[in-house]
Amino acid sequence: MFLARVVGEVVATIKHRELAAQKLLLVRGVQPDGTPSGRLAIALDSVSAGTSDLVLVVDEGNAAAQVLRRGRGAVRTVIVGVVDEVSTS
Amino acid sequence: MNFGRVLGTVVCTLRVPSFRGHRLLLVQPTDTAGTDQGRALVAVDLVSSATGQRVFFVRGREAANALPDPDNPADAAIVGIVDAATERPLGS
Repeated sequence: MFLARVVGEVVATIKHRELAAQKLLLVRGVQPDGTPSGRLAIALDSVSAGTSDLVLVVDEGNAAAQVLRRGRGAVRTVIVGVVDEVSTS
Repeated sequence: MNFGRVLGTVVCTLRVPSFRGHRLLLVQPTDTAGTDQGRALVAVDLVSSATGQRVFFVRGREAANALPDPDNPADAAIVGIVDAATERPLGS
């Protein structure tokens, strides 16, 4: 999993059937202090995240399948949490 | 999933049987604005995309799972055509 900031959204009429009726958000990986790490990904949203939210993202097929309550498929990148706080000592 | 731009077609007469009936396209990974990012790759096309189109693709085992029969060796698959994508800079 990685920390990311929701930086936008993607609109696609023609897409794989497993992506039908799913919100696709653009996430940019961030360091714990919030600075961008450069990693950009298109993720399915399972938690109704919004633009500029700090979120937790999985990029692995088994995790995605479990969250979406379906068998292993074509999806691997899913937003699984909205981060309230990150603290480092 | 990541953005890419279709550069062209790859034709293989001899190929593994599980690739039969599928088009192979050359894809250049890009950022949201369409600027090239990294090396071009070959991906199975599942959305009838055309050269020059902005698409998004999935890598890894999930690419193979995206085909109707998941028993295939694909490691990248185009799963959508981008109509619009907006990216707001961080911190704004």
